[in-house]
Amino acid sequence: MILTATFLSAFAGAALILLLPERLAPLARGIALASALAGLAFAASAFAGYDRVGPHFQHLTQIPWIPSLGISFSTGADGISLVMLVLTGIIAVAGVLFSWNVSHRPRAFFAFYLTIIGGVYGVFQSFDIFLLFVFYEIVIIPKYFLIAAWGSTNREYGAMKLTIYSVAGSALVLLALIATYAASGAHSFDLFTLADPSKAHFTPSFQAWAFPVMFIGFAVLAGIWPLHTWAPTGHVAAPTAVSMLLAGVVMKLGSYSALRVAMTLFPQGLDQWRIPIAVLATAGIVFGALVALAQKDLKFTVGYSSIAHMGFVLLGLMTLNLAGLSGSVLQMFSHGIIGGLLFAVVGRMIYDRTHTRDIAELGTMNLSRSLPFAAFTFTVASVASMGLPGFSGFIAEFTILSGSWKAFPVLLIPAGIGVVITVAFTLRALQRTFFAPGEPQACAHPPAAITLPEKLGAALLMAATLLIGIHPSVLLTPILRSFESPLMKTVILEVTK
Amino acid sequence: MTSLVHSLMPEAILVVAALLVLGLGVSWPGARTPITATALIGGFAAAAAILLFPLDANLLDGMVVLNPLARIFKLVILGLGLAAAVFASESFPKNHFAESLALILFSTVGMMLLAGTEDLLMIFLALELTSIPLYALAAFDKESRSSAEAGMKYFLIGSVSAAFLLYGLSLIYGVAGSTSLRAISQLSGPPDPLLIAGIVLAVAGFAFKVAAVPFQLWAPDVYEGAPTAAAALIASGSKVAGVFILAKLLTSGLGQWAGAAGWGEFQAGWAPVLALMAAASIVLGNVTALVQSNVKRLLAYSAIAHGGYLLLGLCSASADGLTAVLFYVVIYALTTAGAFGVVAVVEKQRGGARLDDFDGLAKSSPVLALCLLVFFISLAGIPPLAGFIGKFYLFTSALANGQHLWLVVVAVAMNAVSLYYYLIVLKHAFVLPAPDDIRPADAPASQALVAALALAVLVLGLAPNLLLVPLMKPDAGKGARSMPCCARGMIDPPPHLATKRFSAGAPGAGY
Repeated sequence: MILTATFLSAFAGAALILLLPERLAPLARGIALASALAGLAFAASAFAGYDRVGPHFQHLTQIPWIPSLGISFSTGADGISLVMLVLTGIIAVAGVLFSWNVSHRPRAFFAFYLTIIGGVYGVFQSFDIFLLFVFYEIVIIPKYFLIAAWGSTNREYGAMKLTIYSVAGSALVLLALIATYAASGAHSFDLFTLADPSKAHFTPSFQAWAFPVMFIGFAVLAGIWPLHTWAPTGHVAAPTAVSMLLAGVVMKLGSYSALRVAMTLFPQGLDQWRIPIAVLATAGIVFGALVALAQKDLKFTVGYSSIAHMGFVLLGLMTLNLAGLSGSVLQMFSHGIIGGLLFAVVGRMIYDRTHTRDIAELGTMNLSRSLPFAAFTFTVASVASMGLPGFSGFIAEFTILSGSWKAFPVLLIPAGIGVVITVAFTLRALQRTFFAPGEPQACAHPPAAITLPEKLGAALLMAATLLIGIHPSVLLTPILRSFESPLMKTVILEVTK
Repeated sequence: MTSLVHSLMPEAILVVAALLVLGLGVSWPGARTPITATALIGGFAAAAAILLFPLDANLLDGMVVLNPLARIFKLVILGLGLAAAVFASESFPKNHFAESLALILFSTVGMMLLAGTEDLLMIFLALELTSIPLYALAAFDKESRSSAEAGMKYFLIGSVSAAFLLYGLSLIYGVAGSTSLRAISQLSGPPDPLLIAGIVLAVAGFAFKVAAVPFQLWAPDVYEGAPTAAAALIASGSKVAGVFILAKLLTSGLGQWAGAAGWGEFQAGWAPVLALMAAASIVLGNVTALVQSNVKRLLAYSAIAHGGYLLLGLCSASADGLTAVLFYVVIYALTTAGAFGVVAVVEKQRGGARLDDFDGLAKSSPVLALCLLVFFISLAGIPPLAGFIGKFYLFTSALANGQHLWLVVVAVAMNAVSLYYYLIVLKHAFVLPAPDDIRPADAPASQALVAALALAVLVLGLAPNLLLVPLMKPDAGKGARSMPCCARGMIDPPPHLATKRFSAGAPGAGY
């Protein structure tokens, strides 16, 4: 019940905001914050209440929904779900704090915002794949409006491109979903039933086409190369809170669902396609990093860095060994926090004040002096993003790389190069934006000071990445345990080369 | 005789109401409210008659048939007719207002009769009773050239298709020696060439009603030119009745000649014909809708595409497919009636239904904009709205016997395309700024009805069982899923239906 409360609180917040009369519109952000905090509290207490020695899947709820199609409202959580739910809670709260200054149609903004949050919470706890798909699709439409109506650069184009990519991806998923239902003969959308070979059997030839269709469908949302181009454009066009959501949790919907559904249902298809997908993931790491290196716009740099980091997630998934998989889940969390933080600094702290994101132009503004808190936050986020020890990014990427060493030693070379380029573009952006050499020009209009909500939001995100960096076992233990369950064990294939 | 009176009580009440409306219109021409009230009271009385006297009957050898399924559809059609009447009451021209309402009621009677018959002759008569008032309604706005064009086009193409249908039905009668569907379904042996010709002609006639390619040419001009309330009835009620009777005719009457429409395994019959029409409608409707700048025209192309989705469900010729089609056509009709309701209000407020006329709707009338969002997102098949569940069920049942993967691929891909044009309209409503000189929208009854329809679409999305279970009920007592659930409600199936077409094999047999 505590799990369903997460998305119920988000949807209830959205409904409440829609019912607000016009003169009470400024209350919208307060309601949004309360709703996001409630969601975080529910997610965190579900995480804390997870019995580390009990059954793998806990907090289960199962209610028949459309029995004639074998669809039930079935939610629950293992360690992986809980990690993602807590991430969603953190990003949701931080996102509201960083959009405290939204004054243009705040009711609609926060109602759409909370709808996305609710959908994301729903995906991370659904164990009926129809239900999962319903939540997955709920996220699409609000994204469009949030970007098109409240965004910046090229917003209508960015919003439409992002939406079309999302919908194309989910069309692939829908197709695979229906085919899976028809082929299983189990008359059920329950993930546990479908993944149980004694109840539902998928022939190798079926898996050979259904797996790539479903996996790629999900992976579009995770920014798999070369279907990633929606992400930088969309991230850049989006308002700050939505960039944070997109990079922080929405991209993770893709990788999470790919792991949870596509990989568990079709182990044979997975086996056939893991090498090509791993190559695509590595290409994402390298090209994402290279393109980020060439950007003049700071937000584009961050946007392409997301592609590189999500490449690590997908690479980790394809290793099919415990280290790679658990590192991949950890990286989803870690990049969610760090990506959110980077977008918060670029979008809210800098762009809202300077109205430019051009790295060269920002360099002349002496930002480290005028916005010291922004400089500090961006430095922390960059250091975490580069994967320095002590932050969550290090432990996540390190585990992924050690998993890949066992699975694809050859791919480790380009992936390693990707890590180096990541360091290069991150340092470049950090140095040129905040610590540019040369005589700083006097700024005619000194930017407004960083507000308290921004500081709180940044502190929340920095604390999260630091905590996991220092004490990764908080998350790693439940993640590792999750891969022992009968459902998730199917994806592990210990390569003994 | 008494049972005939009882069975046709709702229709009789509606006809009386229509005559009263006509009388009121002559004696008291300016009175919109009393006239509308009379029509609505008649409608509610008819609904009460259906609900209070649930009668199962089969009279005059299938001329008039009443069963739970027919009652559901009569209610749905009645609701859609009344919705059109409400929209008309606030948007139709003042002149001859009573006549327009009476025409709507007469057409509704035709649709209701269509839902309760199993006889070729009656099917044709009811179809004409449905269509002829609609021709007049399409041309009702005498000051608009495009309305006259709409009426003319609808009438010409409609009467040609009626001729096709009549010819087709007469051929079927010639082979079967009976106009009763039950007798026709008893035919056996290889199909007579005459029968095949009859089936094809009849399907062509119905394809006009459903606006399926290649019989779709009338739809865009009629939807755009006809007064919006008339277009709402054409798009919703007449579609429900048309699809219902087509489904009954094909699966119950001609089920043994379905053929097969699997990729590379076509077998002669009506299923491959429907499959090709479905694929062409889905592609053409969705692609052409991308470039429309008038929302009514856009809805017409969307209607063509949705006609394709419905045919797709039919050509799977399985019990599940039939339930899915019936479920989806109701959902679609509710959604599209609501969408036309929004258009009617916007037209009244701003004088047109071009995309620009929707600019800033979210600011000028937020509730209306929210309803528009619900309808369009549902039409685009995005959860948690009813349109998604409907399409999902439709595609699932089409794939259940493993045959129609190619059709489902086309449908799913084009469904993704369709989101683009719905979003464009919603962009105008939600993203673009409103022009300065906007009056607040009036038409309170239409707005309330639109909100109720939006709520229904949302509720049916969250709890589809509310409609699905009654649709499946006819076989609930029998317990077996292999029985044709809807066909049981349509006519008592002869043996081959239960064993041959409708056993549908093990799910996933094609893999």
